[in-house]
Amino acid sequence: MPYDSIVLVKQVPDTANITGDVMRDDGTVNRAALPAVFNPEDLNALETALEVRDQYGGTVTAVTMGPPKAADILRACLFRGADRGVLVTDRRAAASDTLATSYILAQAVRTVGRFDFVFAGRQAIDGDTAQVGPQCAQKLGIPQVTYLEKMIHVRDRVARIRRNFGDGWEVVDAPLPVLTTVIGTANSPRPPAARRVMRFKRARVEAEVTAEVKAELPQSTEDDRKADVARRLTNLKAEGLLIDQWSLDDIQADLSRCGLAGSPTKVYRVQSIVLTKEGYTEIPPTEEGIRQLIHELVVDRTLG
Amino acid sequence: MIEPNRAGEVWVFAEQQDGVLHDVALELCGKARELADQLGVQAGAVLPGAKLDGLPQRLIAQGIDNVYVVEDERLNHFQTLPYARVLCHLIERHKPQIVMYGATALGRDLAPRVASEMRAGMTADCTDLEVKDVEDPRTKEVHKNLLLQIRPAFGGNIIATIVNYDWWPQMATVREGVMPLLDPDPQRRGQILREDVVLDESLFVIKLVERHVEERRVNLKGARVIVAGGGGVGSRENFRLIYDLAAAIGGAVGASRAAVDGGFIGKEHQVGQTGTTVRPALYVAAGISGAVQHRAGMEESAKIIAINTDKDAPIFSVAHYGIVGDLKKIIPLLIKTLKEKR
Repeated sequence: MPYDSIVLVKQVPDTANITGDVMRDDGTVNRAALPAVFNPEDLNALETALEVRDQYGGTVTAVTMGPPKAADILRACLFRGADRGVLVTDRRAAASDTLATSYILAQAVRTVGRFDFVFAGRQAIDGDTAQVGPQCAQKLGIPQVTYLEKMIHVRDRVARIRRNFGDGWEVVDAPLPVLTTVIGTANSPRPPAARRVMRFKRARVEAEVTAEVKAELPQSTEDDRKADVARRLTNLKAEGLLIDQWSLDDIQADLSRCGLAGSPTKVYRVQSIVLTKEGYTEIPPTEEGIRQLIHELVVDRTLG
Repeated sequence: MIEPNRAGEVWVFAEQQDGVLHDVALELCGKARELADQLGVQAGAVLPGAKLDGLPQRLIAQGIDNVYVVEDERLNHFQTLPYARVLCHLIERHKPQIVMYGATALGRDLAPRVASEMRAGMTADCTDLEVKDVEDPRTKEVHKNLLLQIRPAFGGNIIATIVNYDWWPQMATVREGVMPLLDPDPQRRGQILREDVVLDESLFVIKLVERHVEERRVNLKGARVIVAGGGGVGSRENFRLIYDLAAAIGGAVGASRAAVDGGFIGKEHQVGQTGTTVRPALYVAAGISGAVQHRAGMEESAKIIAINTDKDAPIFSVAHYGIVGDLKKIIPLLIKTLKEKR
């Protein structure tokens, strides 16, 4: 029995590899210097969806929300085997917190249409909130199974899933449709397939085509450029290389639930962690130094 | 979402499993007491489950005024949908101004679902909470007594303070071990309120097949002293030194991510943002450079001794005592001196 999956993916700044170049002299983070990467656990979510399709048939659709540049990770999904990519991009979605983001993604999932599974990574490395998955499930009115470590099997529209919650695990049966969040130890994501890279490296969203035409034909009139964009889009579509690009209108989003207006939480203050060099007592690495240290710790009752 | 309700209580979700309250729930009771006193309101705890004997009294002893008990055989094992229904129902009925959850695997599953259903804000993984007057920088309006939700973000490289101006309740999950556990006061009085919540059978769609909970073999959170080793220890064999020092002081063994990734020691020993957050009386960091992720998990320790060959290692920025040198020489010296003391 085939199953249709939607995978929620996110492009994130690579916070895991903060190097000297990224930290400014004053100890703050230079975000622009961080490369954008495929959120690691979303790759595990994609792999889980692809494994379900390998075993039972069906389709895999990758959905992301972000600027046009986020089409990079949709191509990465196509390279690995996804059937379709969808980019939700809209300036009015900027500054969305997890509640607004989950609303927009849920609307996008509804717009994709039929599905049996929604997969997402447990959390994204830029915020580590792990909230968008469960909140999306709530908005879709379906149950959630977090921390998927293994999809044991799917039978008669019931998924048997092993969850790992750190200090233990459990096996549950979840009727479809269900949203599950996937942890990093669930699997080893497959690498891009060379033949698919050759085929899909030219896949584009409309915003990228528009930007390319603008860069290539700076002298042309607005109308000529528009005509050129239309022609290229038609060609890409005919070749199956046009990645869907949706606005908030395309997913029939209620604007009062998107962006800043739809976000209950507001960032009041951000402080970069500055590496301060303030007073610690330097202990010489000698017997006398160590003896003095132990003495101090005993005197102030740190050591009993 | 509910309207701002200045008379609303400060609530804790009382996470329990098989009749045992989670440590973080007890830690949060103390914080709820503190915030409630500051706001001049009462502190409440929501306690769903099946075998709850003695637990309401324990919550009261930790500082709670009103314990809302929802007892139902079907709530024995945690399930997201019925637990979320209990929370949402009680929030709608009693309109608390603040709801805190432990940032456990369970809390991080439940809390966002509740927030979504309430269309309220939710801040994950807070390391501190304060109540203060806040001026909205956009409207210049001053909001009295808002909950400042303070958490690391961006891989631990920034600290963000989050507020909800007018979409209440103000809700947050709080990391384990960051709020001090207060001594219980068995004399404290409080109310135990039995609440009826209709839980439709359709909420129990996920069926539990098998469950296995591992005892935490390493009790880092409860340790008064922790001796932790990092990548600078160099090998699994050298890690013996860390164990020996821990044994000499009477402490637990911790590790940085580099030591865990290097295969020197198991992940259950890891201290830091992705491991355990600790605040012992003494933390000895040997061969740990001190990445922000690690510091975020131990910088609240009362006393920190850093041992490192690199005098510029970031660990020294949070240390009280620094020893620049080779841990393979210094640790034996420490052990020898400690043994002489005895």
